[in-house]
Amino acid sequence: MRWFQTRRGFLRRLGAMIVKEVLQLRRDRLTFAMMFGMPIVQLLLFGYAIDADPHHLPTAVISADQSQITRTVLSALNNTGYMRFTHHPSSEEEANALLQRGEVQFVVTIPSDFTRRLVRGERAQILIDADATDPMAAANPLAAAGPSIAQALARDFVGPLAGLRDKPDSVEVVVQRRYNPEGKSRLNIVPGLLAVILTMTMVMMTALAVTRERERGTMENLLAMPVRPVEVMIGKIMPYIVIGAVQVTVILLVSRVLFDVAIQGSVFLLATGTALFITVNLAIGFTISTLTQNQLQAMQASFFMMLPSILLSGFMFPFRGMPVWAQWIGEALPATHFMRVVRGVMLKGAGFDDISTELAALLAMLLIVSLVAVSRYKVTLD
Amino acid sequence: MTLAIDVHDLVKRYGTRTVVDKFSLAVETGRICGFLGPNGSGKTTTLRMICGLLTPDGGGGTCLGHDLVRDREAIKRRTGYMTQRFGLYEDLTIRENLEFVGRVYGLDRLKERVDQSLERLGLTTRQGQLAGSLSGGWKQRLALAACVLHEPKLLLLDEPTAGVDPKARRAFWDEIHSYAADGITVLVSTHYMDEAERCHEIAYIAYGELMARGTAEEIIRQSGLFAFIATGPGADRLAAKLRDAPGVSAAAAFGTTLHVCGPDRTALEKAIAPYRGDPGIVWEESEPTLEDIFIHLMGRARDNAPGA
Repeated sequence: MRWFQTRRGFLRRLGAMIVKEVLQLRRDRLTFAMMFGMPIVQLLLFGYAIDADPHHLPTAVISADQSQITRTVLSALNNTGYMRFTHHPSSEEEANALLQRGEVQFVVTIPSDFTRRLVRGERAQILIDADATDPMAAANPLAAAGPSIAQALARDFVGPLAGLRDKPDSVEVVVQRRYNPEGKSRLNIVPGLLAVILTMTMVMMTALAVTRERERGTMENLLAMPVRPVEVMIGKIMPYIVIGAVQVTVILLVSRVLFDVAIQGSVFLLATGTALFITVNLAIGFTISTLTQNQLQAMQASFFMMLPSILLSGFMFPFRGMPVWAQWIGEALPATHFMRVVRGVMLKGAGFDDISTELAALLAMLLIVSLVAVSRYKVTLD
Repeated sequence: MTLAIDVHDLVKRYGTRTVVDKFSLAVETGRICGFLGPNGSGKTTTLRMICGLLTPDGGGGTCLGHDLVRDREAIKRRTGYMTQRFGLYEDLTIRENLEFVGRVYGLDRLKERVDQSLERLGLTTRQGQLAGSLSGGWKQRLALAACVLHEPKLLLLDEPTAGVDPKARRAFWDEIHSYAADGITVLVSTHYMDEAERCHEIAYIAYGELMARGTAEEIIRQSGLFAFIATGPGADRLAAKLRDAPGVSAAAAFGTTLHVCGPDRTALEKAIAPYRGDPGIVWEESEPTLEDIFIHLMGRARDNAPGA
């Protein structure tokens, strides 16, 4: 009997706690939205947006030989579904620049004596230069190229050329994995990690720093003193810029020493891009803090920013493997542009001209976000 | 005499709710003005409008001669505002807090000023302690010290002694008086009647409207209230019976005595008449207290409040 009574008391008190907890949870709309929104967003991203085996990758073609056979070769490559011929540069330099800027993933070069050698029964070569910074994106297209060319040519070899059919390796596909000849995925991941770690810490740190003032009631005191919004904003952000710079230095040193990832391009250019990216993130964090009420909400909003920065920026999965709508979301994320800057400078030795578009995009984001932040932050409590 | 605060017809609305309605107040330089009123009557909102933290929706005026809306920055530099909730950084030490405030105001001789302030507070030996580790009373004194570090001409204190023990409250008020002696004007909101009596003058606000204004004596004299005190065994128990009687605006027990008051002397006497016969209880007429008056005013304001 006594046991029964204490058990009943336990259930009653437990029930009281549960009811209270549910009531409180219901009041926190943002948390509630996050709990249901996050899994849906994740499902959509993983289900639709992410393709680890991207197709239709932009490819440049330099064909010094125009014949029925070269047309067959090119259409065979096209038919693999992995390549899409977007550029027809007139020189090798031009093609290299396209690869450097990341505008194309592959450059297919057909030498002028291709058809002649093939017809003569000699071994003919076709050259594919691949941007192998992301080995995952390059692997399958390169593997599919040789067999599909051989197959298509076999169909074409009729009449006087029928004798070539029996020589299966008449065409040799020479592959050059640029920027990452050994196909090491860490070469691709380490620079990407820089973008992710910075997004994670910088956005959250500033978002929390300002909401903390409001939550603890020190904001009212601060506003009553003659300090201007821009001073509060820059003052709050500055220490984190230094922290971000230290983070970057540590990551780069560790990746150099432990993973042997060296910086191919200019350190100064990398530093400029990084400083810009850090500032954008801090401005975003500051904006989040002006839109949220407490530290928990600020934390959740930061996560909401971080998730696409990891999934849609090209960090985890090849950017070109995503559908167009996901690529547009990716383009709107600072992490995407910074990722291109870091990979470009670190792995490809890209110069200012190669990454100027990305830098411009980051600068534009900084301006827009700062405007929002300054207009949202008020001198008064109104 | 110059006016430190001279505001008129201040209005503040949140959505459709009018929190402060046509509020006017003038405070002469060097005076301590007690700002009283029930919870939610608009005291904090008014203080925030005066120090430039909130923009009034209507009305205006001057603070230390500066326009309330246009010269916000000038007002901020010459005013010290102490928030109801502890507004300093609990994760900074006492000294670091004071130094931060001093730097924001761009004060010269910062070290010297902070040293003086710590000495005045009696916290010199504890200056390295985190502000969060201080007791409630000490936190309030530290907040006040931070408020006056830049030598303001006007102090706006929002319930500075809420939850503070009597001894610390007394120390706090001694400090307020010493600042007033230096010529600083003080507008301080409070719920404590003994504190109201320590002010030079009082402004009573209820439901966003100024209900009474003057020194404690003036308010008592002008209240038009009559009061009786009953002493004796069981007198305190009459409170419940008398509270809702016609002619009685307030009836409250204080220990074993009973305090009854009302605006109409005849009606009040009629109400207490049935109990005057009790031989054990002694009735005598007395002056109404400030509390009587405020509770009476609160009732009247509620009757006037639109939609109430």
